[in-house]
Amino acid sequence: MTLRFRHLLALEPLLREDIAFLLDQSKPFQEIQRNPLKKLATLRGKTVALLFFESSTRTRISFSTAAARLGADTMNLQAEASSVKKGESLLDTVRTLDAMKPDVIVMRHSASGAPQFVAERLKIPVINAGDGVHEHPTQGLLDALTIRDRIGHLDGLNVTIIGDIQHSRVARSDIYALARFGCRITLCGPAMWLPRECEQMAPGIRLVPRIEEALRDAQVLIVLRVQTERLLEPGLPLDEYIRLYQMTPGRLAQAQPGALLLHPGPMIRGLEIDPAVADGPQSCILEQVTNGVAVRMALLYLMAGGTPGSGGPGTD
Amino acid sequence: MPMQTREKNQLMTYEEIERTLQRLAHEIVEKTNGAGKVALIGIRRRGVPLARRIARMIEASSGVKLPIGILDITLYRDDLSLVADHPIVQSTDINFPVDDKILILVDDVLYTGRTVRAALNGLFDHGRPRAIQLCVLIDRGHRELPIEATYAGRKVQTTDLEIIEVRLSEIDHEERVMLIERVP
Repeated sequence: MTLRFRHLLALEPLLREDIAFLLDQSKPFQEIQRNPLKKLATLRGKTVALLFFESSTRTRISFSTAAARLGADTMNLQAEASSVKKGESLLDTVRTLDAMKPDVIVMRHSASGAPQFVAERLKIPVINAGDGVHEHPTQGLLDALTIRDRIGHLDGLNVTIIGDIQHSRVARSDIYALARFGCRITLCGPAMWLPRECEQMAPGIRLVPRIEEALRDAQVLIVLRVQTERLLEPGLPLDEYIRLYQMTPGRLAQAQPGALLLHPGPMIRGLEIDPAVADGPQSCILEQVTNGVAVRMALLYLMAGGTPGSGGPGTD
Repeated sequence: MPMQTREKNQLMTYEEIERTLQRLAHEIVEKTNGAGKVALIGIRRRGVPLARRIARMIEASSGVKLPIGILDITLYRDDLSLVADHPIVQSTDINFPVDDKILILVDDVLYTGRTVRAALNGLFDHGRPRAIQLCVLIDRGHRELPIEATYAGRKVQTTDLEIIEVRLSEIDHEERVMLIERVP
């Protein structure tokens, strides 16, 4: 099997075998993280453009570490410091970057669909590093990898995602990745963040506003970051969210024994998660970070090999 | 692009492969003073079953149980920039410290030397072995790099149009070495 797509814009169009292939390909790169010497020369002479039109620390460092460990060079654009502020259009900005001949573009943007817009207009592969409230496909992959490593498989697991589902691209990518393996997904959070449309994302999704009910039988808990700016919206004061949804040791105990706890970061201790849970044995938070580098190495390795038009049928 | 080939002749039978591996196992023990510090590293794919067999033979004759590692050289290839679809990477599994060990790379055929070059680079990412040696079942010549086998089962004169196919029961469900010719 080879990569059947040229861009990675979303997990939604991918098949189970595509996702399984990407997870399998991440394994050798996990091993490399354990080597005394972690740097390869595999992508020597290749350039990865990291275009972050929205602030990001973790994802950007993860991609740039992945590129460095493969021996690739990086080209960095951060919106704050760029001509974007001077009013240049997105297309002009990426065309300018493209003229410097990168081999892969990694892109984050606050507008949903922006990476797709770019992918349709450039000849090189584009990896979506998070776009608006659409998807964050590499996060979905690294979460799936982390769960698969700990439990041994993904088939039919009970997964509960807690928080601001409506505005979470992480939730969307997680759902698409895990639903392909028949996971039974429960979405939990305040009603205002739990729109009915979410039910349509995959078969069998349950929307459960009450956390006690959402935790029952859960084998995996994915706690989302609370974007405090969204809490300022009328409807739910911060202390109320904490009282109703914070992941505490008591609540963790209501899930299945040994249930995994994931959080995409950055987490706010004392808000969506109790520090005792974040640092406890069921927490996979730091494994997620390590696995993120492996998943991104695998993607860069597979995608930087392509020449225009060589990718066959795909998601683009 | 399907390549036309035809089988030219059989170079080794099952019995000859076994006897040759026995000889290589003895040579390894002899040349490394009892194989005390030796670890075998099978190069994927066919170096892996060969390394396992040699280790079994050494254990049977000398009582020494050698550590075995598996090395996938894909990420160290020097022709990746030439191929459109990058080949699939397999696991590398070297779960013992290589520092101060005599590592013996095991592969089926030594040809241009480029696979061995890639394997050397891969090994150095795991530490600093005391020495690295090379053991192959067939040395077919045509080197493009200054690399030689420490232990060679058989040397075979070949032309550029010929291919050596080592078929092993663990992978190919039959056991012999064939000389194949590309039909132009």
